[in-house]
Amino acid sequence: MPDPTLFAAVKDPAHRPDPYPLYARLRESPVALQDDGTYVVTTHAALRALVFDPRLSSEDLPDATHPPTGNPFKDWIVNPIKDRIRSRHRPLIFRDPPDHDVLRRHVMREFTAVRVNAMHARVDALVADLLDRKREARQIDLVDDFSYPLPVTVICEMLGVPPEDEARFHGWATQLATALEPDAREDKENRDKNIATFDEIAAYMQDLIKEKRRHPVDDILSGLATGHDPQAGRMGDYDLIATAILLLIAGHETTVNLITNGMLTLLRFPEHLERLRADPEMAPRLIEELLRYEPPVHFRTRKALASIRMDDTTIPEGAPVVLLFASGNRDPARFREPDRFDPDREDIQHFGFGGSLHFCVGAPLARLEAEAALVALARRLKNPRLIDNPPPYRPGASLRGPQHLRLAIEGIA
Amino acid sequence: MAEALRAVVVGASLAGLRGAEALRREGHRGPITLVGDEPHRPYDRPPLSKRVLSGEARPEAIDLPGQAGLDLTWRLGAAAVGLDLPARAVALATGERLPFDRLLIATGTRARPWPNPAEAALSGVFTLRNRDDAAALRAALAAKPARVLIIGAGFIGCEAAAACRSIGLSVTLVDPTPTPLASVLGTRIGRVVAEMLRREGVDYRPETRVEALEGDAAGRVRAARLAGGGRLDAPVVVVALGALRNTEWLAGSGVAADAGGVACDGLCRVLDRAGRPVDGVAAAGDVARFPHPLFPDGPVAFEHWGHAVEQAQHAARTLVGPPEDHGAYAAMPAFWSSQFDLNIKSVGLTNGADAVAVTQGSLAERRFVAVYGRAGRTVAAVSFDSARWLPAYAARIAAGDAFPPILGATDQGRVAPMDPGFPQRPARG
Amino acid sequence: MRVVVDLNRCQAYAQCCYAAPSSFALHGPEVLIYDPAPPPERRREIERAVQACPVRAIRFEAEPDAPGQPGEARHG
Repeated sequence: MPDPTLFAAVKDPAHRPDPYPLYARLRESPVALQDDGTYVVTTHAALRALVFDPRLSSEDLPDATHPPTGNPFKDWIVNPIKDRIRSRHRPLIFRDPPDHDVLRRHVMREFTAVRVNAMHARVDALVADLLDRKREARQIDLVDDFSYPLPVTVICEMLGVPPEDEARFHGWATQLATALEPDAREDKENRDKNIATFDEIAAYMQDLIKEKRRHPVDDILSGLATGHDPQAGRMGDYDLIATAILLLIAGHETTVNLITNGMLTLLRFPEHLERLRADPEMAPRLIEELLRYEPPVHFRTRKALASIRMDDTTIPEGAPVVLLFASGNRDPARFREPDRFDPDREDIQHFGFGGSLHFCVGAPLARLEAEAALVALARRLKNPRLIDNPPPYRPGASLRGPQHLRLAIEGIA
Repeated sequence: MAEALRAVVVGASLAGLRGAEALRREGHRGPITLVGDEPHRPYDRPPLSKRVLSGEARPEAIDLPGQAGLDLTWRLGAAAVGLDLPARAVALATGERLPFDRLLIATGTRARPWPNPAEAALSGVFTLRNRDDAAALRAALAAKPARVLIIGAGFIGCEAAAACRSIGLSVTLVDPTPTPLASVLGTRIGRVVAEMLRREGVDYRPETRVEALEGDAAGRVRAARLAGGGRLDAPVVVVALGALRNTEWLAGSGVAADAGGVACDGLCRVLDRAGRPVDGVAAAGDVARFPHPLFPDGPVAFEHWGHAVEQAQHAARTLVGPPEDHGAYAAMPAFWSSQFDLNIKSVGLTNGADAVAVTQGSLAERRFVAVYGRAGRTVAAVSFDSARWLPAYAARIAAGDAFPPILGATDQGRVAPMDPGFPQRPARG
Repeated sequence: MRVVVDLNRCQAYAQCCYAAPSSFALHGPEVLIYDPAPPPERRREIERAVQACPVRAIRFEAEPDAPGQPGEARHG
């Protein structure tokens, strides 16, 4: 049995730059029991089996409860109702079928291939513009100057959220993304902050949705607010708010990491940076390998609805389960030389977008943005070098990516 | 260096092509001759009963990828008519004899014809198995017949009915059993398909038997006479009564082959009449009957797309390498069928199941997983628009879990085992 | 070109429908419809679809051999 404190070490920010040796040790057991009772699924084979197991529930978020305010009307009437509503209208990543399927259908009705592919030219233009602004620079922070503004602008435009409000929801997004971090979401103080943040962003979204209902335009929020599912009918307001918040946050928090991790990886394996510069047609392969090698989401949590036997381990009913996707992506039993970044690898079947019901809705958009971004960076950055290796990381162990990525360059072509 | 070994693959469809490909991959360097009775390169059959009939895919546009670079010698439009084991040669209808060192038999199946040959020969009566069948039926459908009568509500019959409805044709579907797909899914689940067919405008008539087809003076089919009286106008008739295994060419060869298929062992080695493996001869795909570790009742044969691919690869490994190097073929049977906008998928084998239970979703919403049990063990699972759950059930079937498995799943109502309602098979005389 | 999808493997993630929308589409929640013979100019998008498929179910071939003739004997 591997050390039962390894996952605690994974969550420790000290290991953020390189959690992969910890994953390798965790993989000694396909399902590794930790001393806090969490079962960590580590190998490609075990992940494949359990991702598709309907006895693992995504409804594992602790109930939302507002902290007491001292105002009895709020504490006894308003906030308990709000809490109840919120617990029953979680975003779809925290929902199981059949509710999950209905919500997802609503989203997919709007998140169409036509709508995503229509962003091609716009993404190219945004990429070009962001780089043009730094034409003379000798140093850039890839995150602040490029990887963050690109997907934020894209998702805002697609949803129909005014990009000038970015300053407001930037903080909200960072706070709410902690729902994916097991320690943060169990932490009382963080949960209270989360609830306050949710109230604010929900109020913001509610206003926006009202506006979309009054004056629908060709964007996703208008579509969700006015659209109709042949079986499920119209989306309820609370689900709509939760969905809008999810799309806004998921639409950029993860893509920032994909682009930043991508450039970091290419600078660590410069022969592939050269190849991409010379041959942009290799980008789709390179991005799939990147999703394997440095995925933007390292794990998701679940709860066992029944006892589940997996190899020599039995996960008991009610146990928390961590699907450690990033470990499966580095499993030597599935990938030859898994720690080598190799876009020529055959059969890259990765968990970079999760899998099964909860497979990333935004995967096609993420690919499109990452391709435009990395191809342009490879072509236009003159002699880019890493200033910090490893770079400083954001706190998240699940949503893992650099906080900043300072690059020394000799201008931008 | 020894002279390069010669391989012959009889059957130029999916199993034959994937077998030839696997022979190369496994290191067979000598010539490979691919023999096919049809004049066409290997093509994909599933579209024939779907998009080819509806006119969305051209019959000549469904060639299978994976043919380039294999360095194959083709004998197309040349049926194999005999196997001379002592001389180690295959005889073709053209009179040619092809000597071999390694032989892969993948002759598959053909459509079971309408039992009355004179009626079967009427113009306007079709079967649906090959590319030419589909092209001819497509041409007849494109002429907008007033009605299409489909005899047989198995997968091909149901898919053909869906294709006809999708281009606005009136369709009557008749079958002697109480529901569509009754022999594979049972009548309990078959009822869900019946409801869908009716909702989509198919004139579906269960427990109805066609006694005879009637033609006019010009030899064109005009109507079908039903058992117990009744008559249906039918300018186009599709006979969808299942398939017959192509084993006649092996008669007298010493190989154990009959209407049930070519007998093989678990390594896909063809057996002689004494049950001994014949050196250097293997079989794969629809035509192969073999012992499967999951099915205790005796040898089985599967008419499944994925099985053709996987068993052909297994057979090729047996032919090239020492067969002991890999285990017995034990791939989980799996198939799919799409009708209208519904995707049906299955893993395992429902044969002999005595119970069925819905473990996820609901029949009423036509989106569910149904699990089949036999003597307390889980033997199969079928999904309607719920394909992503099937791998979990496949694992439970492979592990021999008690029935019903996967209790405590999301979206699970009360799991109440029911009688699957398989029609009693008439004793064959 | 020739394209075939292993529909046993396919789980309707629809990634191909985004990568190559003129060649792949879903009918209903999970019936995948595809063009088995897309024109050669779609090669790049078909390659994208192959790469994007989470279950690696798509197989394609860009340059088929010369078509076989009935009874043809062709030794390469």
